[in-house]
Amino acid sequence: MTDSAIRPYVTRDTRATALAALTAVDHKTIGLRWIITAFAFFIGAGLLALTMVTQLMQPGLNVLSMEAYNQFFTMHGMTMMFFFAVPIMLGLGIYFVPLMIGAREVAFPRLNAFGYWVYAFSGIALWIALLMGRAPDAGWFNYTPLSGPVYSPGINVDLYALSISFLEFANLVAAVILIITIFKMRAPGMSINRMPVFVWSILVVAWMIVFAMPPLMLATIMLALDRIVGTHFFRIPGGGSSHLWQHLFWFFGHPEVYIIAIPAFGMVSTILPTFSRRRLVGYLPVVLSQVIIGITSFGLWVHHMFAGELSVLAMTFFAASSMSIAIPSGVQVFAWIATIWTGTKLRLTAAFYWAVGFIPLFVIGGITGVMVSAPPFDWQVHDTHFVTAHFHYVLLGGSVFPLIGMLYYWFPKMTGRMLNEKLGKLSFWLTFVGFNIAFFTMHYTGFHGMPRRVHTYMEGLGWGGPMLITWIGAMIVGAGFAVTLVNVFISQASGEPAGDNPWEAGTLEWATTSPPARHNFDSIPAVVSRNPLWYALEQDADATPAAYELPDNDRMTMGTSTLDGEPEQRLLVSDASIQPLVMAIGGTVAFYGALVSLWLVPFGASIAFVSIVMWNWPGRNREKEQS
Amino acid sequence: MRHLHAHRNPKPAQQRILPYACLLSLLAFTGCQARALNPAGPAASAIASLWWVMFITSTLVFIVVMVALALALRRRDVGDRGRGLSRSLVTYGGAIVPGIIVVGLMIYNTYITVQLEEPPDTPVTTVRAMAHQFWWDFEYVDYGFRTANEIHIPAGQSVMVQLASDDVIHAFWVPQLHGKRDMTPDHVGQIWLQADEPGTYQGLCAEFCGMQHAKMQFLVIAHEPEDYQAWLEQHQVIPPVPEDPRVFRGQQIFLGSECVYCHTVRGTNATGTLGPDLTNLASRRDLGAGTLPNTRGHLAGWIIDSQQFKPGNLMPPSPMDGQDLLDMLIYLESLR
Repeated sequence: MTDSAIRPYVTRDTRATALAALTAVDHKTIGLRWIITAFAFFIGAGLLALTMVTQLMQPGLNVLSMEAYNQFFTMHGMTMMFFFAVPIMLGLGIYFVPLMIGAREVAFPRLNAFGYWVYAFSGIALWIALLMGRAPDAGWFNYTPLSGPVYSPGINVDLYALSISFLEFANLVAAVILIITIFKMRAPGMSINRMPVFVWSILVVAWMIVFAMPPLMLATIMLALDRIVGTHFFRIPGGGSSHLWQHLFWFFGHPEVYIIAIPAFGMVSTILPTFSRRRLVGYLPVVLSQVIIGITSFGLWVHHMFAGELSVLAMTFFAASSMSIAIPSGVQVFAWIATIWTGTKLRLTAAFYWAVGFIPLFVIGGITGVMVSAPPFDWQVHDTHFVTAHFHYVLLGGSVFPLIGMLYYWFPKMTGRMLNEKLGKLSFWLTFVGFNIAFFTMHYTGFHGMPRRVHTYMEGLGWGGPMLITWIGAMIVGAGFAVTLVNVFISQASGEPAGDNPWEAGTLEWATTSPPARHNFDSIPAVVSRNPLWYALEQDADATPAAYELPDNDRMTMGTSTLDGEPEQRLLVSDASIQPLVMAIGGTVAFYGALVSLWLVPFGASIAFVSIVMWNWPGRNREKEQS
Repeated sequence: MRHLHAHRNPKPAQQRILPYACLLSLLAFTGCQARALNPAGPAASAIASLWWVMFITSTLVFIVVMVALALALRRRDVGDRGRGLSRSLVTYGGAIVPGIIVVGLMIYNTYITVQLEEPPDTPVTTVRAMAHQFWWDFEYVDYGFRTANEIHIPAGQSVMVQLASDDVIHAFWVPQLHGKRDMTPDHVGQIWLQADEPGTYQGLCAEFCGMQHAKMQFLVIAHEPEDYQAWLEQHQVIPPVPEDPRVFRGQQIFLGSECVYCHTVRGTNATGTLGPDLTNLASRRDLGAGTLPNTRGHLAGWIIDSQQFKPGNLMPPSPMDGQDLLDMLIYLESLR
């Protein structure tokens, strides 16, 4: 921070001091923080789920009180959706997109650090509330008027409204950074049709976040205003509406599901070609499918509201748009099958197990998804365990399975050490078997009339037997994930050294060392094909690819044109700074301070304002050369 | 279905499919006992038939995909056929076949949706349902009385139920008769109910509505048409002033208590509307929207402190003298 001269790239963030940790902006450091924080929330929310299923194992149990149960299921949903699933995808994007596109950094590294701090603070605030017994308790969907000031007094739902409003800053910041990184910072020659499929999937969900999160922020801010300053957006006696929240929430909420699923599709499209030793079958249809799902997902939110009063025309329209998702999904499933089928040599690694195990689970979840998009059938199973089973097949089976596969795939790159393959396969089988025992049974429980979100049930309803089976399955799932957790800890300390490219994969992240150097690449590679490292497999590959030399001590990366990846400029990467953290603290004071005293809002905002000014103060190092 | 594919599939695929087939058959078998798949009225029957069509189609789709995956994992050295094979898999398996299935399903789904819009015949009466945290008020508008947590209908005839809520969003669901419908505080919706045979059908709140969402159930009781008429007549009668002195004493205690601020007994000055109408309390099967069976002991416990059984409900504890309580119980038991 002191000298304003050129700072060598390699010394940035390398001091192991607390200040260095708080000022870090390197995309790998920040990305890893997102990933670790998200997995910590995953473990927490998973433990909540195991406790809840224990409470429901038999009728009339008292493992959890009613108040605790309502907070648990709300926090399970909120944590999994808002603080695990989306952040883990963004975290992987922040870590791996620059590596996969041959860049040295993401765009706006300081803003990137700010995004992480906002994410961490909002999640930690919620979990502190849970430990104090004051967590949100009106469901992750948080319907008004139940979540309004009359029926939910107390700070529980205030924390929901404020945390979600605050968190969405982090998502939007990360999405904008990723879009710009992908559009403008790809290695020369990586035209948009040579981008890895995972990068495409991150690009699609980043755009989706840009359109889906603002309605949610709007809704949560309106709710916070209703609750804290007494407006009447959702309060019926004041002329508010009980449907407005539902529309705003699900206009975000359905794209949200695909924001989680599309990167998982991208992961499968990354793992399967590597271990089949073949290019992905149908790159163009697969990428188009992701884009089409991303767009269509904004036109089917009403299928969450079929039990409301809707005209037949509205219902059949949204039923048809929901069912049409089956086609782009089917294209991808068969592209994956064809990739395996026509691969030259299968390598049955743990990552491959998780990716292949994903296919039957995703197909089941997709099929039940088509079923519940038929309104009459939805009237029967809506808000029952059938729907719980359906979306766990899609989210846990369809997103977490590829994600764990990706953990096995990318862990060597992140740490330089291999994860244990045997433990990986054991973990897979436990999770796969337990998952099906737990969630397949829940289809039946739902048919038998068991609603979601009940803290207990009475004897004689016939739900005890299937819930016991679900409990057994859930415990096996817990054990399965625990094996991977243990594997991570053991391998991180004593796993086999990985080398640069242990899987002989074709994308650029494997062209650098494991773990990657601070500057990612010594020279920016020139790209001539979709899998630059597979010279032999790529017909159009140049045998001796050129590279663009950038001085590696000059914190610079390449700026290229959006479509063709033609070199345009040298981009300067900004330096470490404490301001992102200060600004996030200011935002936290402003948002959560509203619960203590409204005077803390301007106070926190002032801190944030001062830090923005400091952040952008001209003339500090070489940033002004950029203009 | 299992026999069919057992004969037709190559052996390796069969081994892979078998566990799934068993699971699916298990679902099909147990599914026959599940409430939503054991329909007792025309609406639930139409939905169940939609389910079975979708279930059979989906099972076939799932088997085909799994066979393809199994073959993919086994077959090697496809050589030059690879490109054509991949193209057909993605085009036909991924797009065209799912497209045809989905379009067929859209048409069938629209047919069922339209069919369920209207009941088969003109409804014989209208019940106005009002959901509260955490119980149900049912008003028979044509007959001028109300009941709580129980709807009585004639078998073989349809009844229109108007749906609204007094506080938050609830959902009205009788799995064996029809799908669920939301009950909102700012909009009156409706659903029709029809049971083919006399019987008792479980109903419940399906939208999370707060602390005691779990204990918000109701019953739909279908009678033979003549029994239904008798039930209607019995409920239209205004209870006379009790002749038995003990019952009379019980009535006086009831009318002198705080109960009357929230509960109604027709023909008396108890006209509160915050809680269930008690005019025919003794004829009901359960207390507290399915929380307890309606027996003297449970009723006594409920009156003294219902918070023990259903924390968070709106009824405050009412500590009472033993003799007063007993007389009041006798009076309440006379309200049939």
